[in-house]
Amino acid sequence: MTISIDPQKTNNESLQPKGWLRYFSFSLDHKVIGIQYLVCGFLFYLIGGTLASAIRIELASPMSDFMPRDVYNQVLTLHGTIMIFLWIVPVVNGAFGNYLIPFYVGARDMAFPRLNAVAFWLIPPSGLMLVASYFVEGAAQAGWTAYPPLSITTPQSGQIIWILSVLLLGGSSIFGGINFIATIIKLRRPGLKLMQLPMYCWAMLGTSLLVVLSTPVLAGTLILLSFDIIANTGFFNPVLGGNVVVYQHLFWFYSHPAVYIMVLPAFGLVSEILPVHARKPLFGYTTMVFSIMGIVVLGLVVWAHHMFTSGTPPWMRLFFTIATAFIAVPTGIKFFNWVATLWGGKISINSAMLFSCGFIVNFVFGGITGVALAQVPFDIHVHDTYFVVAHFHYIVYGGTVFIIFSSIYHWFPKVTGKMLNEKLGILHFIITFIGFNLCFAPQHWLGLNGMPRRVAEYDPQFQFVNQISSLGALLMAISTIPFLINVFLSVKNGKNAGDNPWNALTPEWLTSSPPPVENWEGEAPLVEEPYGYGKEISEQK
Amino acid sequence: MTTLDSSKEIQKNNSEVNETHEDFRMFGLITFLIADGMTFAGFFAAYLTYKAVNPLPDGAIYELELPIPTLNTILLLVSSATFHKAGKALLKDKNSDSQKWLFFTAFLGIIFLICQLFEYFHLPFGLTDNLFASTFYALTGFHGLHVTLGTLMILIIGWQSRINGGRLTSQNMFPLEAVELYWHFVDGIWVVLFIILYLL
Ligand code: HEM
Ligand SMILES: [Cu+2]
Repeated sequence: MTISIDPQKTNNESLQPKGWLRYFSFSLDHKVIGIQYLVCGFLFYLIGGTLASAIRIELASPMSDFMPRDVYNQVLTLHGTIMIFLWIVPVVNGAFGNYLIPFYVGARDMAFPRLNAVAFWLIPPSGLMLVASYFVEGAAQAGWTAYPPLSITTPQSGQIIWILSVLLLGGSSIFGGINFIATIIKLRRPGLKLMQLPMYCWAMLGTSLLVVLSTPVLAGTLILLSFDIIANTGFFNPVLGGNVVVYQHLFWFYSHPAVYIMVLPAFGLVSEILPVHARKPLFGYTTMVFSIMGIVVLGLVVWAHHMFTSGTPPWMRLFFTIATAFIAVPTGIKFFNWVATLWGGKISINSAMLFSCGFIVNFVFGGITGVALAQVPFDIHVHDTYFVVAHFHYIVYGGTVFIIFSSIYHWFPKVTGKMLNEKLGILHFIITFIGFNLCFAPQHWLGLNGMPRRVAEYDPQFQFVNQISSLGALLMAISTIPFLINVFLSVKNGKNAGDNPWNALTPEWLTSSPPPVENWEGEAPLVEEPYGYGKEISEQK
Repeated sequence: MTTLDSSKEIQKNNSEVNETHEDFRMFGLITFLIADGMTFAGFFAAYLTYKAVNPLPDGAIYELELPIPTLNTILLLVSSATFHKAGKALLKDKNSDSQKWLFFTAFLGIIFLICQLFEYFHLPFGLTDNLFASTFYALTGFHGLHVTLGTLMILIIGWQSRINGGRLTSQNMFPLEAVELYWHFVDGIWVVLFIILYLL
């Protein structure tokens, strides 16, 4: 049987609100849904960022004087949860995936447009619920990992809402994952081979496999956890015979892959952006594909490197250390491929390129500390100190968030038909880059010298370095201002972009900006070489 | 540009935007069932770990009775077969036959649930008695939830084929095939569960 996918019909355009209003309505158009993901995620990012500033204000002085200790824990929990489940994951998967994947496979919409809309509309209510849970009696305060027994012994109404909203967000990401897998594998335009797909498709395929295989395990775990809280069962409660380490295993079986759910799409996006602005083909396409799949497989078997201090037996430590070290191989391949892509290219220095290069630099740093952390003796020394905080912020902020901004600069002209102001963009990059490194680099030192994470009070000897870090956080907060100004000014009266301002070859640039509802007039173009830049340059000569 | 080619592969009316593609809802369903299976895998892994590293103190060990779960296993296996019959009948356009088989399958599902409840009421332990008891109820309860959902879906498609013989035909097998796949999946999980929980 065949199914008709005519966006004009499924969307019933005459009934849809026109102009910007349609971004606030229930739409089945993948482009609208993508933008909805982005804007919604960004609003939560502003909330999460405000909380981060509050954390850094508290830590500017050694005593717990800005907020009480339990409030600090609540703020920390809410910050971590929002940043991961409402900003990074939905934006880097949902927003860019929805916008770009149908273009890349030559389709007019996602495989399951309705499921797609459902996946998005789960996010705003559960996010609001999460934020609102802060105001109930006893907000969640066990961190974004919700480790028991803390999560079952602290006041509980907030923790229950926390669980519920993470469950809903998990459901949203599973639906999204199913949709991406079906779209990439099944919905390709006839004649388009898998090995001709732009790299972001491969990254999203890998990510979605991880989502489908690991998110349900988190869901099951949280259901058991909620039983412990509501029904007084003892799955994870040692007092009742339960086992906290089982929780950690199950939790990290999701949350280690989750770091790749956050960063693999960023790998894909940077692989789209670099060739365009360096005017060179992506170096080593095939090795890139295999390294993504290698990361998916290895990513699923290294979770216990988060548990070296939980009394894991020696054979387990050995196995997980080796497996983790192996992940450095495919990741390293990707790194060298990006550098080789830049090598000898006609590089244009613009905001998108700067953020992408910033990503490469920060990511290498975070990757190296990650390999260091996989070594048991070292990890036992710095576990639960600021070294870990520094490591994962180098990955999630220095990596993924940098790429989110890079992508916004790169695709803004396509989405709106307007250019962003380059001067403001470069200013944004400079403040972000300095602020970010000022904030998180010193935290390596703090961790090595023994400052524990997740506490509001610390030894006064750490005060000076903490103040530098807080200063960096302040810069990061400020950096949002030029970005927001830029977006608002450009949407209102930016320079017209034309259909293909970067002279890019990937399919989304072969339609008008902004694209029509059905993506193309007539038939989808078949792009056999999405990175054929060398050729194009020689043709021009 | 050399990279552009919009003519060769598809021959179709260019002015028309309406496109059709093959039906891959089944593909989506399979992906979903893999995800669902991972939830069970997590539960099984937790159960087996508890069994290995948190043995119950003496006196708290319960022997599970086998008759009811064995009967339930047979019920589910038979129901998989009767569901298959329903599909076969529909394929031959024997709508009313197909409908009878569907309702019989749902009936077996309901008997399964009743047996499970009966077992629950006669077990010597409750949800919070100890770790084993909690895990037992979590596993069987989560599976029972799946059986309940499956039974409801069977009833719905059976009912749909009744009120307007057009909803479920040999031309539109998808609802039946989807629920059938789901049902076989739930059966398969039960067999694993039966082995791990009752026999090991
Ligand atoms: C905007 C700048 C940011 C600043 C200044 C900042 C600052 C902090 C600080 C000070 C902590 C507390 C660490 C501790 O006490 O253990 C923290 C924790 C955390 N942050 Fe950020 N952060 C920022 C952005 C992000 C982003 C973009 C993410 C996205 C994933 C993120 C995810 C987390 C997580 C998961 C935790 C751990 C929370 C927990 O342990 O419960 N942060 N952050
Ligand atoms: Cu990890």
